[in-house]
Amino acid sequence: MRYRKVFPTLVVFLIFVCGLILNGCSQPATSSAEAPTSAIQNKGSDTIVNLALAWAEYYRQIRPDVDIAVTGGGSGTGIAALVNGTVDIANASREIKDKELESARANGIEPVEFVIARDAIAIVVHPSNPVDKLTIQQISDIFSGKITRWSEVGGEDRPIVLLSRETNSGTHVYFLEEVIRKGDSEDKTLFSSDTLLLSSSEGIGTEVRQNPNAIGYDGLGYVTDDMKTIAVGVSPDQPYWEPTVETVNQGHYPIARELYMYTAGEPQGQIKEYLDWILGPEAQQIVLDLGFVSVNGD
Amino acid sequence: MKLKSVSLFEFLIERAIQVAGISAIVLVALIFLFLIKEGTPAFFEISLTSLFSARWYPIEDYFGLLPLIMGSLIVTIGAAVIALPLGLATAIFIAEIVPSWAREILKPFVEVLAGIPSVVIGFIGMLVFAPAIRVALDIPTGLTAFTGVLLLAWMALPTIVSVAEDVLDAVPKTYRDAGLALGMTHWQVIWRIVLPAGRSGILTALMLGVGRAIGETMTVMMVTGNAARVPLTPRDFFMPVRTMTATIAAEMGEVAQGSPHYHVLFAVGLTLFVITFIVNMAAAMVVFRQTKRAERMLS
Repeated sequence: MRYRKVFPTLVVFLIFVCGLILNGCSQPATSSAEAPTSAIQNKGSDTIVNLALAWAEYYRQIRPDVDIAVTGGGSGTGIAALVNGTVDIANASREIKDKELESARANGIEPVEFVIARDAIAIVVHPSNPVDKLTIQQISDIFSGKITRWSEVGGEDRPIVLLSRETNSGTHVYFLEEVIRKGDSEDKTLFSSDTLLLSSSEGIGTEVRQNPNAIGYDGLGYVTDDMKTIAVGVSPDQPYWEPTVETVNQGHYPIARELYMYTAGEPQGQIKEYLDWILGPEAQQIVLDLGFVSVNGD
Repeated sequence: MKLKSVSLFEFLIERAIQVAGISAIVLVALIFLFLIKEGTPAFFEISLTSLFSARWYPIEDYFGLLPLIMGSLIVTIGAAVIALPLGLATAIFIAEIVPSWAREILKPFVEVLAGIPSVVIGFIGMLVFAPAIRVALDIPTGLTAFTGVLLLAWMALPTIVSVAEDVLDAVPKTYRDAGLALGMTHWQVIWRIVLPAGRSGILTALMLGVGRAIGETMTVMMVTGNAARVPLTPRDFFMPVRTMTATIAAEMGEVAQGSPHYHVLFAVGLTLFVITFIVNMAAAMVVFRQTKRAERMLS
């Protein structure tokens, strides 16, 4: 009787092993399969890649006949591919550089720019925190560990607890480059090693809501009513701006950027239909859902 | 005829069990080889001084493993210090002290505890433990090594209790009877007879518990704050740490295959594997040595 018990377990185990082996063998085959040539090729910024994927998936439900292949790799990679004529749409979280524009024109391609969404980073603290406004310089000093107590920026005498997204998040990199290093590519300042790296927006939200010492940052779309946002100023003598959809769309809020899609020449046919849809209300709702700011301004 | 079919069946089963046994060994060896293959390039691509520096910030090529190793050790040792005595005491209580009807209730409860998914424990830790610990100890944040230690101890306990209780239960009743007949107290029987008799099984239980603690990922990722700082002073026990498991889980998904960062993450996995291996070896040697001594004394 005892043997009979072992046998089925063994069979299951063997099937499992065979499955693993087969799975391992079949993987390269699927990845090397050619995508249909009629697909819209969409490549570029890792910040936008999730948004682009969400759009592509949603668009598939409306237009099953159109295939959209989305890949990341970075804004530079996407634009380079557009210049080489290998993609239809390049995603970029920055404007195309003059040099890239020149080489595109040299290849007979005239890139056309579309602002498809805006990305704003809100600085969030516990609602009871008396600090209302900070300059970029102060935020940089706080997150690089030069300022360690709230009293140094006009708050209570409490330690500052830094919250950040994990290093693989596009928001993390943007915050490092544009806020901590203030956009200076020579600057090698890093996040303080005391920074708590949380793997989700939810993790940051939970800690900010319950910890009066905490300061964090996240995409504006992830900010809920029970956190307090900080008004940000470029320098102490200039106005401070609250992060709202209006200030972002008017270009006042300093920690914000536009997200672009570039096409080779004026878009035609399927690509034009896709871009029109992206700028429409349905796709812009997805923008809001993913924590970005809609270009429609609502 | 009947006899022959039985012996054929017997033969097949024996072979099948043999295959299962060997495949277990082969699988472990393959995992180890894979880790070596993917992890060792890290030691050539990145200088040793960089690997043993105190800064872990892989997107800017800072690959200091020190904070990760220290983080994992502090959390695991802390959890072991809490869970081992508590788990053993609970096992003794359930196996030796309470009446059998109470045991029938307690044992399933402990086993249900073992079945709680780690993400649920992590969630409770994040929402309940961390805020409470921050307020109670008046520390900057509740997402600390200490929070991780408490939750890991909680997770390791059911494993330790359940296995250790089974071991104690398997000690023959005649041993106890012999002790009692010699006029030993209940406590003396437990301490001098039952525990030594189940020694190797108990150690296995403790090892399984520690293994659960060092390999746990989700819970520590959610409650220890993941700040890659080197814990040096006792105060750092109440500060955030970043463990090796959480680092692999958080970063492996986005890393480019074949990049230095990818190899370093495998090197981290290799380190973890080696640490668990050493712990298990040490435990096995302790058991082995003590059995031999016991045999000598008996002969």
